[in-house]
Amino acid sequence: MDYIIQGLLQAFQLLFSGDAETYSAVAATLIVSSYAMAASLLFGIPLGFALGHFRFPGRRQVRLIVDTLLSLPTVFIGLIVYAFISRQGPLGQMGLLFTLPGIAIGQTILALPVVIALSATAVESMDVNLRTTLLSLGAGRRQLLQSTLWEARHAILAAALTAYGRVMTEVGISMMVGGNIKWHTRTITTAIALETNKGQFALGIALGLVLLLIAFVVNGSVSFLRKK
Amino acid sequence: MKPLNSLLKLKLLLPLTLVLLCGPAWAADAPVLMMATTTSTDNTGLLDYLKPYFEKATGIELRWTATGTGKALAMGQNCDVDVLLVHAPPAEMKYIADGYGQNRREIMFNDFIIIGPAQDKAGIKGKSVADALATIKAKQAVFVSRGDNSGTHKKEKSLWVAAKQDQPEKESWYVQTGQGMLASINIAAEQSGYTMTDRGTYIKYAHDKGGNPPLAILVEGDDVLKNQYSVIEVSPKNCANAKADLAHKFSEWMAGAEAQKLIGDFKLMGKKLFNPNAK
Repeated sequence: MDYIIQGLLQAFQLLFSGDAETYSAVAATLIVSSYAMAASLLFGIPLGFALGHFRFPGRRQVRLIVDTLLSLPTVFIGLIVYAFISRQGPLGQMGLLFTLPGIAIGQTILALPVVIALSATAVESMDVNLRTTLLSLGAGRRQLLQSTLWEARHAILAAALTAYGRVMTEVGISMMVGGNIKWHTRTITTAIALETNKGQFALGIALGLVLLLIAFVVNGSVSFLRKK
Repeated sequence: MKPLNSLLKLKLLLPLTLVLLCGPAWAADAPVLMMATTTSTDNTGLLDYLKPYFEKATGIELRWTATGTGKALAMGQNCDVDVLLVHAPPAEMKYIADGYGQNRREIMFNDFIIIGPAQDKAGIKGKSVADALATIKAKQAVFVSRGDNSGTHKKEKSLWVAAKQDQPEKESWYVQTGQGMLASINIAAEQSGYTMTDRGTYIKYAHDKGGNPPLAILVEGDDVLKNQYSVIEVSPKNCANAKADLAHKFSEWMAGAEAQKLIGDFKLMGKKLFNPNAK
């Protein structure tokens, strides 16, 4: 039990004393999760929108696959990405192993199904009358798309936040693809795993609280923007 | 026109994303040597201690990933690293014979010890390794194994063979953690069990517990317990991308007078963790 109280105190200490190792891990976490979120939103929202908006043959099957991919284990993604970007792998020449962009590729694979599935659901579950109303008001195809996207914005934002939570907190991909290299690819989660392995439980808890604090700031800013 | 606004935002996001994806923020200036090593050299803090001296002497930036010796060797075989610092001589010999590595150089040693609760219910204190393992097995005392194909795990398996005992596997008293050395020691402590560790990691553990660890050294000094650490350069014949020149410089530096003295001076609680022995 001591660990938890010690951890709480240490979390504030790490943050306010400007501990360089902690800030390096915080920076690594923020950088990779930003890459991964940018890429997964860029590809995921249009795909999710298409999946929810259009009726095409095989749609249910695609949906089933996307929903299944929601259960992709992070260590498995890590292993697959490692196989591809290891020097012996097909993308080995790009030198992505042990780099932040390498981790971001894995995390994008992790986040993409979440963004697609949740934004598809958001578009699907919108008022069915919206379409007819818009059409009767004389909306063109383009306007119809824009309005649908706009109406689904809150649900899509929720999808993005869910995906962000998954990306920020995963450890399997970061560990396997990043290698937990100090000052370079050590993220908050791999640092927690390392400190736990070393028996430094209080420090592990402190880092966990730091991660929660970042999540709080991100969610807080989103909720602030939404009100505006 | 609210919908248009949101599309505009998306359009603004796109170039930003591209900038983020292409930004070469991770391109370093100094040449980078990538090493795979074992948890013991990292967890004890030895590498953090040596790194600045190495970088000052050579201008090469040293980066490492700490894992078991088994995975470290696999990373070398897959050309993901340039140099290895490992401790499983038989596996290392095979690795070099297979053409994956070259210039194996012995750098330092410590020894393995068997630790357990001070009460020592199974009564192994002061015995030989073979007797101690036989006793643990006969009394079915909890024994924590790394179970991760690391150098320490390979050593432990060889000790069961040397003790002429069947390698335990599914027995309820034989706990395979699949984790690093310090994590495994902590598990042994939780279960009041025995485990085998390198001395360096044990000293670090005792240091973390304020010099009063729940597990004590029970078996030590047996000849079979020597733990040799070596540097192996990844063979450029197998891996065209391997930075063989940097790896060689690291190997030379580790065996040189400066690093050997630094290793000998690296102490916790006044105790040496590793003994330099480069020839």
